[in-house]
Amino acid sequence: MEGFVLKELLSGNEAIARGAYEAGVQVVTGYPGTPSSEIIKTMASKYGKEIYMEWSTNEKVAMDAAAGAAYAGKRALVTTKQVGMNVLMDSLMYTVYTGAEAGLVLVTADDPGLFSSQNEQDNRWYSRLAKIPTFEPADSMEAKEFVKKAFELSEMFDTTCLIHTVMRVSHCKSVVELGERQENPKVVERLPRNLPKYNCTAMYARVMHAKIEEKIKKISEYAETMDINRVEMRDTSMGIICTGIMYAYIKDVFPNASVLKLGMSYPLPNNMIRDFASKVDKLYVIEELDPVIEEQVKALGIDCVGKEIFPPCYELLPDRLYDICLEKGILTEDPRSMDVKPVEGLPGRNPVLCAGCPHRSTYYVLKKHDIACTGDIGCYNLGAQPPFEAQHTMGCMGASIGQLHGLSIAGLPEKSVCTIGDGTFWHSGIPALANLVHNNGRGVVILMDNANTAMTGHQDNPATNYRVLRNVPATPIDMENLCKALGVPLVKTVNAFDVKAVEDGLKECMDFDGPSVLITKGECVQFNKFSSTPYAVDSARCIACQTCLKCGCPAIMVSDETNPKTGKRKCRIDATQCNGCGICSQVCPVKAIQKKED
Amino acid sequence: MVNSINFLMVGVGGQGTILVSDILSEVGMLAGYDAKKSDNMGLSVRGGAVSSHVRWNKDGVGCPLSMTGTVDVLVGSEPLETMRSVQFLRKGATIISNTYEMQPMVVTSGLADYPSKEQIDACFRSAADRVVTYDATAVAVELGNVKVMNIVLLGTLSRLLDVDYEIWVEAISKHVPAKAKEINIKAFDAGRELLK
Repeated sequence: MEGFVLKELLSGNEAIARGAYEAGVQVVTGYPGTPSSEIIKTMASKYGKEIYMEWSTNEKVAMDAAAGAAYAGKRALVTTKQVGMNVLMDSLMYTVYTGAEAGLVLVTADDPGLFSSQNEQDNRWYSRLAKIPTFEPADSMEAKEFVKKAFELSEMFDTTCLIHTVMRVSHCKSVVELGERQENPKVVERLPRNLPKYNCTAMYARVMHAKIEEKIKKISEYAETMDINRVEMRDTSMGIICTGIMYAYIKDVFPNASVLKLGMSYPLPNNMIRDFASKVDKLYVIEELDPVIEEQVKALGIDCVGKEIFPPCYELLPDRLYDICLEKGILTEDPRSMDVKPVEGLPGRNPVLCAGCPHRSTYYVLKKHDIACTGDIGCYNLGAQPPFEAQHTMGCMGASIGQLHGLSIAGLPEKSVCTIGDGTFWHSGIPALANLVHNNGRGVVILMDNANTAMTGHQDNPATNYRVLRNVPATPIDMENLCKALGVPLVKTVNAFDVKAVEDGLKECMDFDGPSVLITKGECVQFNKFSSTPYAVDSARCIACQTCLKCGCPAIMVSDETNPKTGKRKCRIDATQCNGCGICSQVCPVKAIQKKED
Repeated sequence: MVNSINFLMVGVGGQGTILVSDILSEVGMLAGYDAKKSDNMGLSVRGGAVSSHVRWNKDGVGCPLSMTGTVDVLVGSEPLETMRSVQFLRKGATIISNTYEMQPMVVTSGLADYPSKEQIDACFRSAADRVVTYDATAVAVELGNVKVMNIVLLGTLSRLLDVDYEIWVEAISKHVPAKAKEINIKAFDAGRELLK
């Protein structure tokens, strides 16, 4: 059909995947992490036959693999969440120095509002640090188009490019017009023997650095001409500079203001900014998190209002922009109906370990014995929540083993453990375990093996027998043997759904004089959705001791019946939520919890 | 057909709130609207609160989220979660809510009380002009799969909107697995029957 455009409703991440496909990407690598994980997930399910992709063991490995592929002439994309960029920076830095034979684009998905991250870092600082051209899409259509432009610019200027998205772009859906795939015409037959370009030895790198400074000046000049940086002149009493998702909010909140919408947040089109500033009475830079653009505008000698009004923490959603601007008198009319007030004092609802979660037994036992526990990143960080409160630290991926080692160096009198999942162990736990063993460290590493990288969507890791998609075979590496090969003298594997086995295994490891690894093995309940007959509480037997509540299972709740002697409420199990894992029945002291007979 | 409409769908992680809001967005697009949606999930797949804004507008949607006091229809898969979001409703709005309670951990462990049925009812009545509540979980269990509960509510919602039945079926079919299509359409029809 002539002139027919195929439209689809896509999330920002799905659109980034589509954009990479249309840009002719050939290799995609990344490490899962909210809010970035759906990019590779989408690529795998839709374009997996044409494009190579992998969940690399960590972000740095992903960046190196993509760099190698780009040196070999393949268009390559890397995906990460914001904190993963800390892991891959070492590799990103050299790719900016070397360039490549084909386009190389990195996507970082930031998390203003900390919906699922340990910090709220603003990765746009990295753009200036690495001198990497950075695109910031406002919606899914732009997300798709900007990926294509990033590949274009990457090949035009021989530099890595960055797509900076945030949760509200990555996880929002909007309408996208689909385009055709443009194949990469480049074929590289052999690795270029070009040491001054690809070997960052100091003597070559000093030359590369000077070239980069020249290059970024040229890209800045080019940015002045790019249509993704555009001015929308309306009422000139107020001018706003914004990028990315802020543009969508600003359109709703300040429909009459003049706007300079920057599609690229680095390098900035300085002349365009000067020109826009000269045409408006009062200039605002409204950006989430840090004053990255504001400081650069001020450095041009242009007066503007920014962080003194719009705070550096959390999202700047339209509701918040209204509240701020009404208070400061920037806006005078509130279009919102305030008839319905929020209901105060409602009980909160925080995430919990799922009914049937294999991590439950470990935190039940750790809590019971009040054992010091350094922690890591995964669903099991919910072991820090009531009723467990048993994972006492959490900093970043892989930190638990190093921290455990630190506790043993400090010589605390109590014996300590750490909890780390299989995905995180592969990501960055292995060097820390080698370090602990080599330096005669002490402590129990509880390696919670739930058979995949569960929290972010059951991605594969080196221990799984599939890669990217469940039906694509991969070479699994055995973790028990790996730990033994690293020289851990005691490695013990137990069934995570057997509370006594976990408790006995932990005791054996705690009593051992030396480093040990306790592998608690049990498949994530969400992986194959296993379930068996639900359990039920025999109310006549229940003595209302509430030990089962210490399992922190969402299917177990207090009932209306009480024990007349103590006045405490008995418990019941919601059959629609129970999946029959049986952990609660093992901890019940009077055997009141049994499989439900129909 | 109205020019624009804002929806807010809320529930508990695992109930399928995201899926059903995906379907609702798709329906908007197929019915000729610009449509955008925004999910609040985070770690909520593990039983936390989930909410999803959906906006339809013939002239184009700017921000994917609705502001406080601007939502036309609030669809809740769980009564406490519905209650938690009533401030988003504009004057004269509609609430469609499941009555099946899922107690959060602070309640199951006896540290806080779940609101009473009277409190919930009074809250809904004062917040919206039109209130439709029933046990959608029971309807879904009766149909043979608790997971289609949200589609039952979607069926009820469809009664309020001037969109062809075929569009709803097309959108549902696109978003649910082929083998689950039949039970989802049944659930949708059951929800439609509950509001005439």
